[in-house]
Order: sequence, then structure tokens, then C-alpha cells
Amino acid sequence: MQPINILTSIAAPLPLPNIDTDQIIPKQFLKRIERTGYEDFLFYDWRRIQDGPDAGKPDPTFVLNKPEFSGAQILLAERNFGCGSSREHAAWAIAQFGFRAVIAPSFADIFFSNAGKNGIILAALSEAEVQTLIERCTANPKHRITVNLEAQTVSDEQGFQAGFPMDPFRKHCLLNGLDDIGLTLLHEDKLNAYESQRQNAFWLDPKPLNA
Amino acid sequence: MSTSTPRTLFEKVWQQHVVTEPAGEPTILYIDLQLVHEVTSPQAFEGLRLSGRPLRHPERHVATVDHNVPTTSIADRLVIADQIANAQVGALRKNCADFGIELFDVQDADQGIVHMIGPELGLTKPGMTVVCGDSHTSTHGAFGALAFGIGTSEVEHVMATQTLPQSKAKSFLIQVEGGPNGSLPAGVTAKDIILDIIGRIGTDGATGCVIEYSGSAIRALSMEGRMTVCNMSIEAGARAGMIAPDDTTFAYLNGRRYAPKGAAWDQAVAHWRSLATDPGAAYGRELHIDATRLAPSVTWGTSPGMVTSIDSSVPTLDQARSEADQKSFARAYEYMGIRPGTPIQEIKVDAVFLGSCTNGRIEDLRAAAKVVNGYHVAGAVRAMVVPGSQAVKRQAEAEGLDRIFKSAGFEWREPGCSMCLGMNPDILSPGERCASTSNRNFEGRQGRGGRTHLLSPAMAAAAAITGHFTDVRSWNFKS
Ligand code: SF4
Repeated sequence: MQPINILTSIAAPLPLPNIDTDQIIPKQFLKRIERTGYEDFLFYDWRRIQDGPDAGKPDPTFVLNKPEFSGAQILLAERNFGCGSSREHAAWAIAQFGFRAVIAPSFADIFFSNAGKNGIILAALSEAEVQTLIERCTANPKHRITVNLEAQTVSDEQGFQAGFPMDPFRKHCLLNGLDDIGLTLLHEDKLNAYESQRQNAFWLDPKPLNA
Repeated sequence: MSTSTPRTLFEKVWQQHVVTEPAGEPTILYIDLQLVHEVTSPQAFEGLRLSGRPLRHPERHVATVDHNVPTTSIADRLVIADQIANAQVGALRKNCADFGIELFDVQDADQGIVHMIGPELGLTKPGMTVVCGDSHTSTHGAFGALAFGIGTSEVEHVMATQTLPQSKAKSFLIQVEGGPNGSLPAGVTAKDIILDIIGRIGTDGATGCVIEYSGSAIRALSMEGRMTVCNMSIEAGARAGMIAPDDTTFAYLNGRRYAPKGAAWDQAVAHWRSLATDPGAAYGRELHIDATRLAPSVTWGTSPGMVTSIDSSVPTLDQARSEADQKSFARAYEYMGIRPGTPIQEIKVDAVFLGSCTNGRIEDLRAAAKVVNGYHVAGAVRAMVVPGSQAVKRQAEAEGLDRIFKSAGFEWREPGCSMCLGMNPDILSPGERCASTSNRNFEGRQGRGGRTHLLSPAMAAAAAITGHFTDVRSWNFKS
């Protein structure tokens, strides 16, 4: 995982609540067995015209198709971003498209943890704060936002300043690009002790020997 | 913590699985069972290979194929025409062989949707921690297990360590009281209870929480009904849903392949009985629901929280609770091709899907068959029954339910996820409207442009017969 701390970028506004992972990455791309190459499938259906003679062509009105937002590393959305399916493909697609942070009033639990494992900062601000940023970035696509992970703040050049919560451990992992599995294995002695202490608890075994 | 402090079911299961609580880090929680399927596992196995880490406990892993297998015929399933899907299933076969994981493959007598076979085989048991790379893992909470969906990095984490770093969720009690002996009004099912809850608290109403369902109406539910309720906990944003194990749970488990036998069974039951929430234990949040005033539910929009009862109408903009909701309502009217104020019963359907890990169980098929018996599917409606597992399919065929469905004009399919998410060829066409017993009505969930309405199996069956949403409470049963 790539370490991340301070990020300054223009931001793409997607002002909708409850953006679910089916929209972020539609199911047909979940058949792939690779971990990379999802960038072109991000918001696949929303990026394309759905009906009429131009069906299937890029929809020029969709924010990620607008040239002025290309290169944005920050995504702005409304409440409950990333709800629905547990597919980590959603986090892969967002990261591989080039986003390093999502700012929204709230995030769904599983997406929250998937994003953290892919070096994406999720900054939860208040509804009003997010609205301010959405308005500024919609009015001026060149408007730049700074996300500072160390300080847990979001700011801009017009004096916007807001803090976001972040679990200290998650922050430490993001700042240093750490692999969770390696960290858990540092506690292997505790794990071995736990397993031997409960080895007779057959009712916790999926396939107990006395079945 | 002193052992005399009253604890909730969730706290007990949590505490029994704490490996260590390192300072400044999340708790490392032991995972008893990981269920594996073809879609969210290939990158996890690949991660193990790349890092050279072994899979720590193959015997705590069980795999099946469900999400992208066709449901048409066994031949179509053995070699999938869609080559990318076929490669994904092939990868699971190879990975299970390489890492020593038991796989229930398409031709196996115990294949089925991953959340169906865990309980059917007795793998899922009270007090366990169960995970799977699938958000509807919450289903297994019906047994008093702590069960939750995870992403692929976490799947790999469990493969390598049999643990997950977790911060403890908040506890949320939802108490559902029914009539005498917990009874529900006629025509009201477990599905209507959970849809009502989601409609009330919203799709993020339980974010960060583990819900415990209790109350007389929950106690009176069969295991099938309890699984339906817990299954859709994720649709309210919950990390997990749980129900304390009781005699209904034990009766379901007794004799299943991986349930303890003989004296061990008694010992296990004694342990399981100790899991119920202690009197006086405190929850972070509580909600009380009077189930006696529930009616059959139907969703009208593109989120499971956009739900109303069969005897009402599509809500109007001024009924939205917030400005953000108004925006979603407007978008949903447009996507669903539906006008605010339309009576639900006037909405016509093109397709009916009976199945999924929410409502693909034997009891669901029985309820639907009871409605269908003696009738025929309306004109152009395309209706399909996809049993959730081979075991359900066999049982239904033994009871003659397949004949009832087929003679009424339903297709009778092989088990899998099918049109719940349309990763296999079972999809809606753009604009097609479907009455579905599944769990998600998101845009495009059942196929690009498809319009999904969620409801109970009996209600879906009634819609198939009449061609529009119909109140099953006034159904003229012919059986
Ligand atoms: S039936 Fe639907 S919800 Fe259940 S596991 Fe399959 S795709 Fe997921």
C-alpha cells in the first residue's frame, strides 16, 4: 500500500446520497480474477448514455467525463457512500482511477474498511461542510482542496477548514502504507496461545470431530 | 470486566473470540468459519501466493460456487459459456485444491448459495464468528453467530491468520412484538418485518452497529424467517444482525452433517444456551416495533429503504424526510418509471424472481406455491423460481412444489444467486419491471436499466399470477 499524508487536488462532485457499490463498479466486472485494471469500469453505467441512438457512448454530462475534472484525486459525495455489496472491487476501481480521498458526510462500514486497505482516505465532514465544498467545486472546477491526514483536516484556499475523525491505527497504517496481515502476525504468539487454550471448544469448530 | 456484569449476546460472542487487544490497535478477533465463493476470493488466494503465506486453517474454510453459475442446466453449469465467468470458477477449483479447502461444486448434492449451505450443513452454529466476502453474511446471525461480510483484503487476512483486526461495533436492540404467541397478521412475513425496519431507520440507520433482534414475533419465526431478517441487516447499514439461539435453533441444527452428536450435542446445547443476553444488559440503542400493525410491503424505489405497504401509494416528494431524500426520490421516480402517488396495486410487472439467499428457502417456496396452486402466470409475465440450494430443490421436488410452479408457467431452475445480482445470464432487460424476493433494488442490480421491487415470496407469487402488485391478504387460495 502506498503511504499517503497530504493531498491537494481539484475534486469531482457527485452530489447524491447512498451511492452503492453496484454503481461504483457494476457486477459484470466482478468476474475478473485480477486485482488491477478496474479504472475503466468505475461508475461504468453512469459514465455512459443509457438509451437512444447514442446508447453506450460516453455521457458528457457525467462529472468524470468532463475534461475540467480530469486528474481529480478527491471525490465529493453525499451521505452513506459505498453502501451495499462488500465488493472490494469498488475500492480498487476508485483508487486505480486515481482518487486518493473521498469526502462525504458518512460511509458504509464495509466500504470504509476496504478503502483503508487500499490507501484511500475517507474524510467524513458534516452535511453542511460537504455542501460547501460541493458548491465551490461545482462552480469552479479548478477549486483545489487539501486533505491533511496527519492533522485530520480538510481545507481550501478560501478559508474552508474542517476536521474529520480517524481511527489512530487506521491513520498509522495509511501514513506508513502498512500491510494489516503483517501487523497481525506480529501477535502470532498470542494467536497460538488463544488457539491452544480453546482447543476443546468443539462447538466453535465448523466441522467438529464428534459430528 | 467482572463476570457478573450483564452482557448482551453480541458481547459474549465477541469476548469469547478476542485473541488480543493490543494497545492503540483494533482488537484481533478470532474467526471460526470463513465461507468462500468464486467472486471475491481469487485475488485473496493470489495474495497468499505472492506473499508466500500458507492458509492457516483449511478446515475452517468451506467453498461453493453460486454467484455467476448459470441456472439453466447442469451442462451449462459444468462449462460456462461466458469465458471470464468460467475462468473464475476454474480459479476457485484450483485454489481449493491447492490450499486444501472443501468445495461444493456445481454438480455436488450440497451446492447452493453460500449463505444457504452454511446453515444446511450445520457448519454455522451458535456463538461462532463467521465471515465471507459477501455482505449478506449477516444471514448466519440467525443462529446467534456473529457473522459479517468483508472485502477481499480481509478474506486474505483470514486465510493467513484466521483472525481479523476489528473495532467493536455498538449494540442495537430491535424488539419486534407480535400478537398472541408472537403471531403476525395474515399475509405478513419475516420479509415484511425487515423491510419495515429498513424503511423506518433508513439504509444507514444501523451503520456501525450490530443489531440484536428479539421480541415475541422474532421468537415465533422459524429459522428460515430468522435468516431472512438477519440477511437484510446489511440493508440497514448494520455490521451484523443476531438472534439468540433457542429451541427453534437447536431443533433446526440437530442431526445436520456438521452438528455435534450424542453427548457432545448436549454439551454444545448447554454452551449455546448460555449465550442469550443477560437480563438487564444495556444496549447502545433500542427500537420497539409493534408487528401487529404491519402489512405486506413492497419497495417502490432504488434503495431498500424506499418501501411502502401494498395498500398504499408511491410516496410524493413532500413525504421525503430531507432534501437529500427528495433528490433521491426524484431520481428514483425517473429510473423506476413510476409517478408519485400511484397506488402500488396499479403497478404492472414484467418479470417475477423467486429465490436468493433472502428468500430462496423451502418455506419461501412453500408459501409461494400455496398462492400459485391452481392458477397460471399472467399473460406476458416471465416468472422464475431459483431454489437457493440443491437441498432446497430436492425437498421442493419431493413435495411436488416444482410441478405446481411449472404447471402455472414458472421456470424451475438450478440453484444459485441468479437474478439477485445478474452476474450470470439471468438478467432483466432495460426498462423491465421485476417483483423480486431478493434484497437489493439498486439501479441496475438485476440488469442494466432493470427495475426491481422487493417483496415477500407470497406477494411475488401473487404478482406473477395477476400481472400487478396484489394484496395477498385477500387472495383466493385454491389449495
Ligand atoms: S443471492 Fe444475492 S445477495 Fe445472496 S449471496 Fe447471492 S448475490 Fe449475494
